[in-house]
Amino acid sequence: MHCRAPYFQAQDLDALDRRLIDSYQRGLPVRTRPFHTVAERLGTSEAEVIARLERLQSLGVLSRVGPVFDHSRAGASLLAAVAVPEAERDAFAELINAAPGVNHNYAREDQAREHGYNLWFVMTAPDAPELEARLGALEARLGVPLLRLPMLEGFHIDLSFPIPWAELERI
Amino acid sequence: MSVSICPSSSAPTGDEKNHEALDRGVQGLDAADRAIVLATQAGLPLVPDPWGAVGREVGMSGEAVLERMQAMQASGVIRRVAAVPNHYRLGYVANGMTVWDVDDAQIARLGREVAAIEGVSHCYRRPRHLPHWPYNLFAMLHGHSVDEVERQAAVLREHLGEACRDHRILYSSRILKKTGLRLAGARPDAASTDTERRG
Repeated sequence: MHCRAPYFQAQDLDALDRRLIDSYQRGLPVRTRPFHTVAERLGTSEAEVIARLERLQSLGVLSRVGPVFDHSRAGASLLAAVAVPEAERDAFAELINAAPGVNHNYAREDQAREHGYNLWFVMTAPDAPELEARLGALEARLGVPLLRLPMLEGFHIDLSFPIPWAELERI
Repeated sequence: MSVSICPSSSAPTGDEKNHEALDRGVQGLDAADRAIVLATQAGLPLVPDPWGAVGREVGMSGEAVLERMQAMQASGVIRRVAAVPNHYRLGYVANGMTVWDVDDAQIARLGREVAAIEGVSHCYRRPRHLPHWPYNLFAMLHGHSVDEVERQAAVLREHLGEACRDHRILYSSRILKKTGLRLAGARPDAASTDTERRG
């Protein structure tokens, strides 16, 4: 994966596009003909709503239109980290990525420490025993201890943010 | 400060302590639910009747798909069905995982308060691993720049006050893997990798 600057122009998104994003990042109606309901609320047609959602997806402004699942209710998962030598980080990352159940793997930098935890990943499994089996197998393969960080309590699950439209127009 | 900035993390969740809750959650999804999850986790078809289109894919009626989606939403398996913005494309280009060593006696209250602070997307209590890992509160910060994330972290530091003994900010320098598979373990070997998504 790599980082890219925004490749769309905020000026290309008109008021209706922005209302679609602002209003429906928190939830679409889960009912018959959902885009028809959205269109009625926004004073436009169902076909127009669908066309705009397709365009926003193709621009990469929307990742997708669909369900957001609660991982902890749809299986077992756990955040883990390892501290590995910088020169060997890519090799360790390959082993982690190849392990069944790993669905995120981030290189992270702790600027205050030279030898901190620098690979962070999420291990998933259908259930808790299988999760532990996968973690144990990966730990043995890596030969370094895993920092296991299960979620004990979640304080926030809302992922909507105000979109800074005015600021984006200056990019 | 020379850090590169990357799209923000999706929810890293886990719960080792509460196996029973997890098992109930898994058992709560039957084969038809799982088929619907797999068919919709990368997004709904953008057509007038998305439920009918999903139903044709998984071999059930559109009404049945809609009813099951509503039931999964009611039970919390689905948090919401939404137009999911790519926050990175929308200007939130910096993310910092902040970790805090917070007084256990106050963490329940402080966690809720921190979660409400601007820029915080995920906020979790996680176990310490002493002596090398004393941090028990995680808050993921998102901003338009590293400077903004630093300012947000300063706000958190001030809010936590004397209840906080130590903290760190870990910036993502590279995304090494990020898959679109959200139903854990259903088809672990069929995980497709996509460049960005938000959970």
